[in-house]
Amino acid sequence: MIQTRIVRLFDRLRAEPRPALIAYITAGDPSPAATPDLVAALERGGADLIELGVPFSDPIADGPVIQRGSERALKAGTKLSTVLDIAAEIRKQSEIPLLLFTYMNPVLRYGLEPLAKAAVASGIDGCLLTDLSVEEAEPYIHVMRRAGLDTVFLAAPTSSRRRLELVAKYSTGFVYLVSRTGVTGERASVSDSAAPLVLAMRGVTELPLAVGFGISTADHVRAIGAIADGVVVGSAFERVIEQNATSPQLPAKIEALARELASGLLSKNP
Amino acid sequence: MTPLPDAGGHFGPYGGRYVPEVLMAPLEELEQAYLEARHDPAFQAELKDLLANYAGRPTALYHAKRLSEAYGGAQIYIKREDLLHTGAHKINNCLGQGLLARCMGKKRIIAETGAGQHGVATATVCALFGLECIVYMGEEDMRRQRLNVFRMRLLGAKVVSVSSGSRTLKDAISEAMRDWVTNVHSTHYLLGSALGAHPYPMMVRDFHSVIGEETRRQILEREKRLPDSIFACVGGGSNAIGMFHAFLADEGVRLIGVEAGGRGAELGTHAARFSGGSPGVLHGAHSYLLQDADGQVALTHSISAGLDYALVGPEHAWLHDKKRAEYCSVTDQQALDAARTLARTEGIIPALESAHAVAEALRRAPAAKGEMFVINLSGRGDKDTDIYRENLRELDEPDQSR
Repeated sequence: MIQTRIVRLFDRLRAEPRPALIAYITAGDPSPAATPDLVAALERGGADLIELGVPFSDPIADGPVIQRGSERALKAGTKLSTVLDIAAEIRKQSEIPLLLFTYMNPVLRYGLEPLAKAAVASGIDGCLLTDLSVEEAEPYIHVMRRAGLDTVFLAAPTSSRRRLELVAKYSTGFVYLVSRTGVTGERASVSDSAAPLVLAMRGVTELPLAVGFGISTADHVRAIGAIADGVVVGSAFERVIEQNATSPQLPAKIEALARELASGLLSKNP
Repeated sequence: MTPLPDAGGHFGPYGGRYVPEVLMAPLEELEQAYLEARHDPAFQAELKDLLANYAGRPTALYHAKRLSEAYGGAQIYIKREDLLHTGAHKINNCLGQGLLARCMGKKRIIAETGAGQHGVATATVCALFGLECIVYMGEEDMRRQRLNVFRMRLLGAKVVSVSSGSRTLKDAISEAMRDWVTNVHSTHYLLGSALGAHPYPMMVRDFHSVIGEETRRQILEREKRLPDSIFACVGGGSNAIGMFHAFLADEGVRLIGVEAGGRGAELGTHAARFSGGSPGVLHGAHSYLLQDADGQVALTHSISAGLDYALVGPEHAWLHDKKRAEYCSVTDQQALDAARTLARTEGIIPALESAHAVAEALRRAPAAKGEMFVINLSGRGDKDTDIYRENLRELDEPDQSR
């Protein structure tokens, strides 16, 4: 089977070695037309992988910043099909790995088979569904595997060893570790739960481990990058989008934030 | 019929556990605690005592003779859940889950509320057990149900206004889930309907199944036979599933769930999930959902806050597909008319939610001579006085006699 861009990215970074900077933005925020430029800006600034958020009306795992981003994107007419078009647009200029990031219902409504087919055609590399537990994931995994798409699942500080093993078993590409209990959003410091979770997960899988939730500064990136293979930043980018939604400077500001955060990506060589 | 749900919380294709990974551990913990409590004689004895001596069970099964005569058809019985402490069936589930929270050592309780009945019942139980209580309520519902907001505060609960989305029950549940994700170690989420991820739909049903068990016993004692039709309103569907469950095996008993038809058939103007929705996932469960073509959850409308929700409880979806229960809807206006009728003929002012069940029973009564109906009157109408006043203005005139 052909390896996804996600798998190839982590293989390459493992050789360097350095951790990946993973950027989340809600596709379609502030408008569908703006997203490809923002992804290009993230890539110029040093992001290695993009999580493209598909907005959902009831984002229970998200804090207020990403909730508002989803509302703006929905108001701008963003649908799952729009996000697939955006991905295809990005693919015209870039080979950056793209992970579709959303909730179960828009995917169910679109249909698993049609989505897998369309995602591959649009250059998407994998999916993460926030509210899909591994217990309910069988049909989804089957369809995604057959299409050659990665399935990333979340592990949390509350996950038992049995659950960590299940998450590892069903994940491909990487595993997304939720650094703390709570919703998405910026925090002053890195959670104490992150390091023990990384250790516990290391005990059950060889897959790359990315840590997200509450990470918003270069210092956070440095701290997490020292223990994990990837660092996810979302709300900090969404806040910049919110504050500069109508400004022509928006891509430049996104690029600057990505560059600032990427400065925290220390090489793991001594 | 094999007992449902299965071990994963599925009712056929419905139900299940669709939640962020953080919540899987507390759901497993809750399931474990509940399965133990189910077979724990001490737990069951304490719950039974509270239901009898605190909440006021068993509730009456009342033969509404004047109402039956007025419609000239079916003999109508009314299960008086409105007579329970706090004014609705919600207290059954709150006492059960409150005891369970105590068993699990959780000292902080969160809840969502639409009409405020579940919020009041939760606040009541928290006061009784000395637990901290936070209730999430949509801004729009706080406006509609001011009296219940004050009752919760009087009982010592903190009521948090939710201003996101449609500012109703759906958004209150989202906010409660976000709280739970954040405070998972200290907190029990006391979900108020037969909704959400496993084990909630099963557990909430079980705590309310006393409604149907009593009704079955009472009607057999009085009439020596089972009723022909049973009516209950369905928002999430907790009072309905609690009533229906004891009768599932009685194939001759028609089970009729009544949803909110709101102002019309257009998406966004009602909460009739079976006629206007399709299977989808919201707040942890797979069931019939009001949604748009892109899988975004639709706005809903009902004059009764307690029925104003986009997803129906998953067991109802299963009963619907298996054709064991039938579901229909009643408009805002029909519910208001039924409430006035019940008040005038029997001296009982129903909650607006329950008035939907009354309306459907009255619609069918004239053609059902010789039959016996039971209406589950899930709550009383005190909390709805403001809405009744707004919608029945003619009664508010200084000299009215209509």
